[in-house]
This record gives sequence, structure tokens and C-alpha cells, in this order.
Amino acid sequence: MFEAILLTVSMAATPLLLAAIGELVVERSGVLNLGVEGMMIMGAVTGFGVALTTGNPFLGALAAIIVGALFSLLFAFLTLTLVTNQVATGLALTLLGLGLSGMIGESFVGQPGVRLQRLDVPFLSELPIVGRLIFSQDLIFYVSVFLTVAVAWFLFYTKAGLTLRSVGDNHASAHALGIKVIRIRYMAVLFGGACAGLAGAHLSLVYVPQWVENMTAGRGWIALALVVFASWRPLRVLAGAYLFGAVSIGQLHAQALGIGIPSQLLSALPYIATIVVLVLISRNRRLTMVNTPASLGRPFVPDR
Amino acid sequence: MRLELVKRPQQSTLFSALSPFIAFGLTIVAGATLFAALGKDPVETLYYYFIDPLTETWSLHELAIKAAPLILIAVGLSVCFLSSNWNIGAEGQFIMGAIAGSILPVLFPDFQFWFVLPLMLIMGMAGGAAYAFIPALLKVRFNTNEILSSLMLVYVAQLFLDWLVRGPWRNPEGFNFPETRNFHEYAILPEIWSASGRAHWGFVFAIVAALVLWFMLSKTIKGFEVKVIGQSPRAGRFAGFSAGRMVVFAFLVSGAMAGLAGISEVSGAIGQLRPTISPGYGFTAIIVAFLGRLNPLGIVAAGLILALTYLGGEAAQISVGLSDKVVRAFQGSILFFVLACDTLIHYRIRMVRPAQKAEVANV
Repeated sequence: MFEAILLTVSMAATPLLLAAIGELVVERSGVLNLGVEGMMIMGAVTGFGVALTTGNPFLGALAAIIVGALFSLLFAFLTLTLVTNQVATGLALTLLGLGLSGMIGESFVGQPGVRLQRLDVPFLSELPIVGRLIFSQDLIFYVSVFLTVAVAWFLFYTKAGLTLRSVGDNHASAHALGIKVIRIRYMAVLFGGACAGLAGAHLSLVYVPQWVENMTAGRGWIALALVVFASWRPLRVLAGAYLFGAVSIGQLHAQALGIGIPSQLLSALPYIATIVVLVLISRNRRLTMVNTPASLGRPFVPDR
Repeated sequence: MRLELVKRPQQSTLFSALSPFIAFGLTIVAGATLFAALGKDPVETLYYYFIDPLTETWSLHELAIKAAPLILIAVGLSVCFLSSNWNIGAEGQFIMGAIAGSILPVLFPDFQFWFVLPLMLIMGMAGGAAYAFIPALLKVRFNTNEILSSLMLVYVAQLFLDWLVRGPWRNPEGFNFPETRNFHEYAILPEIWSASGRAHWGFVFAIVAALVLWFMLSKTIKGFEVKVIGQSPRAGRFAGFSAGRMVVFAFLVSGAMAGLAGISEVSGAIGQLRPTISPGYGFTAIIVAFLGRLNPLGIVAAGLILALTYLGGEAAQISVGLSDKVVRAFQGSILFFVLACDTLIHYRIRMVRPAQKAEVANV
């Protein structure tokens, strides 16, 4: 029972973790992409559709990654090449993604989905408790954990990561040093899009193998909040994602037990928790000042 | 070959005026391509989208009904966006306004006097403003990102409404349907000209609000303050304007407008509360605000256009069998074109071939 709950927590946490880790890299490069929700839902509908037509959920996940990245390219072109307002463009991406996915997915509604199979790691999956929890999950779970560690290593232990952070902290100086600011930001945004796409695929291939309109239900926004909550640190994103996974699963169990609190108020809990957590983190101005990428959301036009 | 931006010495007045039209033109082209790709005749579909709803009086009334909330919310949002306050939770403020405004007719159905309606409208505005006050307060006091907090509150408001109409506010004589009792006659927003159609006074409120906020933004010190703080918070500080107070002001104005839109929709168009009372007006209004270039008068025109897409979507569904889901994709693409075209106001775009680069650098 306890083990099963922990498993569902990790299932709820994985899409949040993936989307947030992608957005973290984007924001570390100084770009604020509020289109996570839109990229995620595009990934969800693509993953579901491709898995349904080909019968292969791996192809679905792969297609979701590609579509998420392509969709983020739209954002990158507008904000980086045409220097549009990042907040407004991100909102546009979300609105467009929600609309487009509803249109694309109309014929998928009510179709039984294809579930991404669990992959057992030989031997390790037979360990007590941790075996089932950590070594007998779906592929996307492994990817999410691997990416978190990889991003942490990349950002803080490689030269390329340092370059990316310098672009996010002071694009003018980075540019003066000959760093290709725009190119690095393009790559960061594409990475964020790919992660959000895969996060969406996790929803429609693992979490609830189904297509429902607006099925992301604000998870893209919660992922954005997680990045702030984690003060732009990858391992804290991991902790935050599992905390939120626990809150959303906890409220589901509370609903099932029928503890006398209306289900709608319990369903509102993850959203309220997000606000509370944001308040607690951001009231510490020093903490946020130190960690926020200094050029976050600022437009950059190279002077030639 | 790549694009390069050259900053204009001044904003281009020509493109400030032209950019919404270029954007709309591009949207039409993109829409036609989309319709063709879905196997529909693009010209015929565009006709049903943009012309057919304008050909009959009753559908002009429907246009006013759909445009009213969009314009009301968007003019409020223009104050927020101009002052760089990103309130994207108007949908939640719309719902809370509708709920607060419905307290009298739902809980006190026997309280029937002429002044019930004005009270409802005031309570609706107060409800929307109070709900918008939460992210504003959190931003000022705790430095909390208002984008995320205002958006999260949308989900909370939707769930709260759902709980109300299924639980404590459910119509006792309603056969267990999730809806409140029908509003009595004194709680119904009257129709403007009931002989020809069912457009209600919400549209008049929208026009009045647009005029008032246009005057405020372009002719008063307060409007100047809004724009200065939005463009340069530092300059605003030197001028003695309080950024914190502006956050609260902008959120209260936009919350009140969204709340008024909510109660007008409920008491004018629906006549009761239901689990869902808005087809995403609060989000579509963001598109309206930008398409209207954050100018209240431009927003009136933009609100009518977006309202037309809702009606056109219905018309196209009936006549050429195009799914109504296409509408939202179409609306989403408008905002992209608007934002892309706005670049032309501040920059000239030139194509650069790699070989020419050295030459350009010398200019």
C-alpha cells in the first residue's frame, strides 16, 4: 500500500520534474518562457496520437520531444530574433498550444491509449522496496532523474554550463566576450521545449494513458513555479517536484477516503500550495536576488 | 541569409497604426491555409467566420453579447499590462465577480426590489477586485511573482464555483442539476433593444468602461503614471510615483472590470450560475488587449473581432462542418502575429547575407 502510494507520487512528480528542469535551463540562459503549459499539452497530444496510430509508445514519446522542441522554436524565433516581449509571447504559446491540441486531439477523445511499459533493471528491480520504486519504472522516469543530475553537472561543472549561466546573468558582457548569446539561448529554449514535450507525453502515455482536452491542467505553470521555488537549482527542483507530486496524490487519496472535505476544495490544494510555497520563497528577497539570473526576461539585441 | 534588426531612432508611427492590420491580414492567410489543410474551402469558411455573423440582426446582438466581457476584461488588463503588471488571472476574477454578484438572487431570492441589480453589479465588481487584490498584495508585500499567483487562482476559482453550484448553492427545485436557482426578474440585466435581439446592457458597460479608461490613460496624470512606471520603473521612482501602489491600483481596476464582466454575463446572458460560465473569456481577453495595442479604443475594435471568431466558429461548424475546436487555435495564432508585427514599430528588419556582413558592420 505504502509502496503503491510512493509509486503514484513519482508518477505525478515526473512530468513536473521534466518540464521544470527544461525550463530551468531556459531561465538560466536568461529567457523566460511562459509557454511550458502549451508545449506540454502539444507533447501530450502528439505522444498520444503517434502511439495510437503506430502502436508504439516509444515512437510517441520521441515524436512528443520533437514537437515540443519545434513548438518552442516558434517562441525562440519571436523573442530572440524578433525581440518580442517574452511574457506576452510565452502566454501566446500557451494559448496556441491549448487551442491547437484541442483541435488535433478531437478524434482521440475516448480512445483507449497505449501505455508505456515498465522497464525492469535486471537484478536491481528485485531488491525489496527500492527495487519496485526506483528500478522498475517507465523509461521517462529514468530519463527525468538522469536529466536532473546531468543538468546539475552541466551547469555547475562544465565550461559550456558556465557560458550558459554567464549569458543568463549578463548578456551584454557575454556578448562582448564573443559568446554567441542568441545561439546559446536558441539551444536552451529548444532543450526546454523538448523536455516539456516529453513531460506531456508522460501524462498521456503513463500517468493517464488517455487524451483529455486541457489534460495538463496547469502542470506547466506549476513547473514554472517549481523553478522559482528551487531558486534555479536542479536538485532542489527534484525535491520540489516530488513534494508537489505528494501533495497532488495526497489530496486524491483524501478524496477517495471521503474525509468530509468537498472534493473540489481538495483538488484546489496543489494550486494553493503553489501560491503558498511561492510566497514563502520569494519573501526572502536576498535568496531570490542571489539566484535569479540577472538578465531573466530582458530583451537582447546585439550591437554590431 | 539571416534576419537582422536595426533599431529605429523613433517609434514608427506608420507601423504603430498598421501593425494590427498586418497581423490580422496574416492571421487570415494562416487561417485560410489551416482551413484548406483541414479539407474545407478556405474562402467559404472565411465567409462563415467573418461575414455571415454580420448579416443578420439577431447575430449582431450575439456579437455584442460575446464582445461585452472581452472588451470589459481587456480594457482593465490594458491598465495592468501598460504598467508592467502581468495579471493573467482575469478568468478567475471574472468567476469570482459572478459569484459575489450572485449572492443576492441566489441566497435571498425573496428580496426583490429595483435596487437589487445595481447592488449585484457593485458586488460583482467588488468580488473581482478583491480576488485580484490577492496577487497584488502578495507581489507588493512578499515580492511574489504575480503571473504565477494570479494564474493559480484561476483554477481555485473554477473549483470553488463548481463546489458552490453542486453543493450549497444548488437549486433546491432543480432536479439535482448542478446549477443555482434562476435569477428573479429584478436580478436580470435588461436587454438594450429587446425587439430585435437579446444583447444586454453589458455591452453598454463595456463601451463606457473603454471610454473612461481611454480618458484616464491618455488625458490624466494617473494615466501618465501608469505608462511611466510601465516603461521605466526607475524614472517613475524619480517622479515620485509609488510602484507598489500602482500594482494595487492596476490589479484592482482590472479585477473590478473582470468582475463586472462576470456578473453581467451571468445576469444578462445566462440567468443563473453553472459549473462553467465562461468559454475562456479571461484568456481570450489577453489576446484582445494586445490586438488593441493596449489602447482602450483599439480594444473595442479588437473585442468585436475576437467575438466574431466565437460566432464564426459556431457558424462554420453548422454550415461547413468545421470543428469548433479550431476557434481557439485560430485565436491563439492571432496573438503571435500581433506580437511579431509589433517588432516593426521599434525595428527595421533587414536580410543579411553572410558575405555582406563586413560591409554592414562598417555602416
